[in-house]
Amino acid sequence: MGNKNSNASSRRNFIKKIASGSLITVSGLTIYSVSSCEKSTEGEKATLLTPDGKLVQVLKSEIESFELLPVSPKESRKGIPGKKFVMVVDLAKCKNARKCVKHCDKHHNLTPDRPYIKVLEMKDNEKSAPYWMPKKCFQCDNPPCVKVCPVGATFKRTDGIVLIDNERCIGCRFCMAACPYSARIFNWATPPNVDEDLSYSPETSIPSKIGTVGKCDFCPDMIRKDKLPHCITACPNGVLYFGDEIDDTVTNGEETLRLSTLLREKAGYRYLEELGTKPRVYYLPPVDRLFPFNKENAKEEES
Amino acid sequence: MKKSIPEKQLFNSTKERDLLGHIVKTSIRYKIWVAILLLFIVFGMYGYYRQIRYGLIVTAMRDYTSWGIYISNFVFFVAVSLVGSLFSSILKLNKNEWAKPLIRISEIIAVAAIICAAVIIIIDMGRPDRFIYVFKFGRIQSPIIWDVIIISTYLVISFILLYISLLPDIAICRDRLTAIPKWKKKLYKIAAINWSNQPEQVLIIKKIGRILGITVLPVAFAIHTVTSWLFATTWRPGWDSTNLGPYFVSGAFMVGAAVIIFAMYFVRKYLNLKSYITTTHFDHMGKLLVLLSLVYFYFNINEYLGPAFKMVGVEGEHITELFVGKYAPMYWLVQIFGLVLPIVFLLFKNLRKPVPIVIISAFVILGAWFKRFLIVIPSLQHPYLPIQGVDESYLHYIPTWEEWAITMASFASLLLIITILIKLFPVIPIQELENPIEETSNESKKLKNEIH
Repeated sequence: MGNKNSNASSRRNFIKKIASGSLITVSGLTIYSVSSCEKSTEGEKATLLTPDGKLVQVLKSEIESFELLPVSPKESRKGIPGKKFVMVVDLAKCKNARKCVKHCDKHHNLTPDRPYIKVLEMKDNEKSAPYWMPKKCFQCDNPPCVKVCPVGATFKRTDGIVLIDNERCIGCRFCMAACPYSARIFNWATPPNVDEDLSYSPETSIPSKIGTVGKCDFCPDMIRKDKLPHCITACPNGVLYFGDEIDDTVTNGEETLRLSTLLREKAGYRYLEELGTKPRVYYLPPVDRLFPFNKENAKEEES
Repeated sequence: MKKSIPEKQLFNSTKERDLLGHIVKTSIRYKIWVAILLLFIVFGMYGYYRQIRYGLIVTAMRDYTSWGIYISNFVFFVAVSLVGSLFSSILKLNKNEWAKPLIRISEIIAVAAIICAAVIIIIDMGRPDRFIYVFKFGRIQSPIIWDVIIISTYLVISFILLYISLLPDIAICRDRLTAIPKWKKKLYKIAAINWSNQPEQVLIIKKIGRILGITVLPVAFAIHTVTSWLFATTWRPGWDSTNLGPYFVSGAFMVGAAVIIFAMYFVRKYLNLKSYITTTHFDHMGKLLVLLSLVYFYFNINEYLGPAFKMVGVEGEHITELFVGKYAPMYWLVQIFGLVLPIVFLLFKNLRKPVPIVIISAFVILGAWFKRFLIVIPSLQHPYLPIQGVDESYLHYIPTWEEWAITMASFASLLLIITILIKLFPVIPIQELENPIEETSNESKKLKNEIH
């Protein structure tokens, strides 16, 4: 029953996604077709369904020429409807392979000295064993950073994601002081190798701008393409799970699990629950480890 | 640009000569002093130019220590600006007659300090070009917006307070100063807004003064309390404290009193006002400073005893760092030389004489500046999660020359604003001295009779 449901919902999502994608394409066409209508009125046409249920016919050749543009800063404040994204980190599986960090850095154009994701070496007390803790923005439901932002440059969306609009950010760094998890980084200088031609969207966080704050964004641009965030797919050990709280499913790319069951059975917890920030990232305790704790793992992995 | 002075200035009385003399005569010492200040400001502007060009990377601030001496300097200036309210409100309402010659200088310092505080906070911004967004997109839930609102309110009130007390004296400058360049005559004429000592005018000013004298008090408390909330609304060790508001306010009053002592010493010396600012003033100010320091001392104990007794998690790490760690030398120097010893020394009458007290005040001021450094920076270096996998430079904070240059320039600007205001206007109210208290009260009585 459960499986059927999730199948159905993912099919529905797929259709929705295609539809919204084509909407952008068509609305793009309305601007661009003015210049191109003279040249070719003939050619193969495709029928597309818009989200409000209308069928429209457009040239196939023109559909291909349009990539899904990143969502505009204004649009990106809304969030993906009907979703509540969560992440689960299984600490028992992490061996500090650092693939998540690497891929995240690559896609967000970050330098290794200031990544969005950090894999921290943790040790809860003297007698317990050390473990690796991948840490990113917790996308809190009661986010201290959003509360203190004087200009609304950082905001909470309906789908649970906290984003930064770096065209709005004034660089006061109050959010960095407020975040108890040190999740935020600042562009102290002009970020290296910036592709100025990219159209900026808070959903992609690129290109980053000097004098503004950045952080892990849960890759909403990937989600919109029906793909998993970069760190999830990059992890070789299936440590990171991503999913939707409303669907009650999370996946690490290989296995898809019930979120509630997983958290119940593996005693999932949120880091520093007592601060009342209500993070959307859950941790599964580092018990029955897959790998021994070894500081050399990262180096081996690279060679 | 004719700079020739038309005639020799004649004064009606010695008082007038004492209080207005420095406006007419520009000494070489004054010019050198202004030149030095301008030099510092130009150097600071060069530092800021580099910061604009390359970004905040020229500072020593990094992702963990994301606030540095700009912010601690901002807190310091806001603290200094509180002195205006101490004199124009608290001492005035208490009818402390002795404080009268010090009211204007304190109001000048307040205005200058709050202007510099506003400028330094813009310098700290990563995107000063987007400053206008604070008004365009401002969200009232952010403590920064509270601070913007309250600081601009305080700026306006302290400016009006200064201006209305100056007004009769500006009129005197307009009427009696002849041996001054044309632009100055024009300035006094415009600034005096047709003031002619009419009873109605006096009544209006007195009314405004009384209303603002009371209003400025909660606003002054609020500016520093709200500034403390910039810190207290976060989860950082050392900031996550309900004590922070009174702790900041009491510290501000202490440094304010020290700044007044410092200022009155130099004003007295260089403007030859020994018969107006007397040794009694230093004695009184010394006693006041002891009282204010004791209050601050009390809040200091409150701030550190609880956390030091419990030593909870990161709060404990923070306390360890301050008491015996990296910041221990600075912490104990500040607490002993900037707080405890001044209290002890100022209990002796002989040490409340002008020269010793100005030295003690210098220690209090220096201590207060470094205290704000200790409030802002170490807290940021103790986050809940360990600092790992970042560049070595992220672990320490040693301000760069650009930061020092800009900070020195902010001090130079503060002194320059104060210097220029003192140069342009009489620093001790003349009008007050010309109309003895009985006379003015008779005047107002007469007025009241007329109104009723």
